Amino acid sequence: MRHLPPEPPGSEITAEPLYARRREFIKGAALFTGTAAAVGAGLQLLSGRPSGGEGGGAGPAPATPDAVARKARPQGPYDTDEAPTSYEDATTYNNFYEFGYDKGDPARNAHTLKPRPWTVVIDGEVARPQRVDVDTLQSWFPLEDRIYRMRCVEAWSMVIPWMGLPLAGLLKRVEPTSRAKYVAFTTLRDPQQMPGQRQAALDWPYVEGLRLDEALHPLTLLAVGLYGKVLPNQNGAPLRLVVPWKYGFKGIKSIVRISLTEEPPPTTWNLANAREYGFYANVNPEVDHPRWSQATERRIGELRRRPTLPFNGYAEQVAHLYAGLDLRANY
Amino acid sequence: MASTPYPWLKPAVLVGGLSPLALLLLDLARGTLGANPIERVLNQTGLLALIILVASLACTPLKALLGWTWPMRLRKLLGLLAFAYAVLHFLVYVGLDQGLAVGAVLADITKRPFITVGFLALVLLVPLAVTSTNRMVRRLGFPAWQRLHRLVYVAAVLGVVHFLWRVKKDLTEPLVYACVLGLLLALRVAEAVRKRRARASLPAT
Repeated sequence: MRHLPPEPPGSEITAEPLYARRREFIKGAALFTGTAAAVGAGLQLLSGRPSGGEGGGAGPAPATPDAVARKARPQGPYDTDEAPTSYEDATTYNNFYEFGYDKGDPARNAHTLKPRPWTVVIDGEVARPQRVDVDTLQSWFPLEDRIYRMRCVEAWSMVIPWMGLPLAGLLKRVEPTSRAKYVAFTTLRDPQQMPGQRQAALDWPYVEGLRLDEALHPLTLLAVGLYGKVLPNQNGAPLRLVVPWKYGFKGIKSIVRISLTEEPPPTTWNLANAREYGFYANVNPEVDHPRWSQATERRIGELRRRPTLPFNGYAEQVAHLYAGLDLRANY
Repeated sequence: MASTPYPWLKPAVLVGGLSPLALLLLDLARGTLGANPIERVLNQTGLLALIILVASLACTPLKALLGWTWPMRLRKLLGLLAFAYAVLHFLVYVGLDQGLAVGAVLADITKRPFITVGFLALVLLVPLAVTSTNRMVRRLGFPAWQRLHRLVYVAAVLGVVHFLWRVKKDLTEPLVYACVLGLLLALRVAEAVRKRRARASLPAT
């Protein structure tokens, strides 16, 4: 025998219309919340950008090979005394299309790059062509610290303490022939290691070039590290070019080949859009990019723009290389 | 019982539509927008303006195609939200990005086609926002109001062009918006043609 529970007193029974309204209200509130969340999430998904951090560009400091571990030394003749950009910013805000278009992509995706073992080919118009392991190449020269300004063509800039070897030393070692007028550089081409190369955004592999006198200039550096650490993948490990008076895209990353040539080499951004990216790409506040002014720049970490300096502030050292050259026509 | 179905719909879309802005301001305050927060805020406000403007243009075709009427009740709200984000995008550009350098802004607007079209899109949205109230519809008369509000098609196209011309090499995203917008405008053209044919086939009276 089951006993039914006692009937509640009539006063406790919710009136029918009120009950229906309450249900209606709860349903409405749920639908309101669900819709608002869906609209917000959808918009965020379409417009937001993944924040850096996962895949941690800065992450733990990489193990520092002996070749790179060095003590800070007194300020050198080429160093700027401006405050360096934070390591975090310099290693999470990068243009490296081989790993994606977004500035945070290289730090997120470049872990697939294997910077060791790494062979560099030096060939073309040289008396002593080489195929050399990157660590061997480094061991030929004392490494130097250089605190340089870095100005991107997109009108932002950083100050980066690089570590590396002057390109001039390497070039002299391989003895350019009298026909050598230019130096062409090539980045690794390997879609397995560089997933961005599966899209034909640019003509892979990335190529860049300098006139021989630019390449031999004491400011021109082959960098193997920054901030006293070995170069992180997203910054162009294991070997990259740094030409501080030119826009950043000239600083080709992850170099596998250095060729001396008689003719000006084709260069990637120039092939992609010659009007916007010239071969010289000297930093010049007087010559605007077609789509924005180059007169000012935003230094990463600063709120206000600052004026851009001719040759990125290295005019005293490099202006003579361009004497008599129309910088507006040769941008 | 509520007089309109789904009384929660408009407030929900308003709250959802403003939530990315709240999130953006929160991230800005926490300093989690990466190395170049100004660029992030600039890009995201512009993108939100474009997405919501395109969404506002989806309301009418949804009614024509599927017979849904509820999106029509959101059209004005979406248009005004898109306008608010577009204004914000412009203010971020002038104030934060250019540091109130009016000369540089004017030079940009006159010399750089991508900024010219973006600015023009914003200017076109102003009369639409001003005349978005029911009172303004009555004052202008519906046919005139409708003609005026067709400017939204021009503004949306200019917005997509602004985005297309801005990117360096990665055209995928702007092209997605171009395709969606193209589809929405094509549906309108098809609908107009259908109506005209229907009228033409009526016996002359």
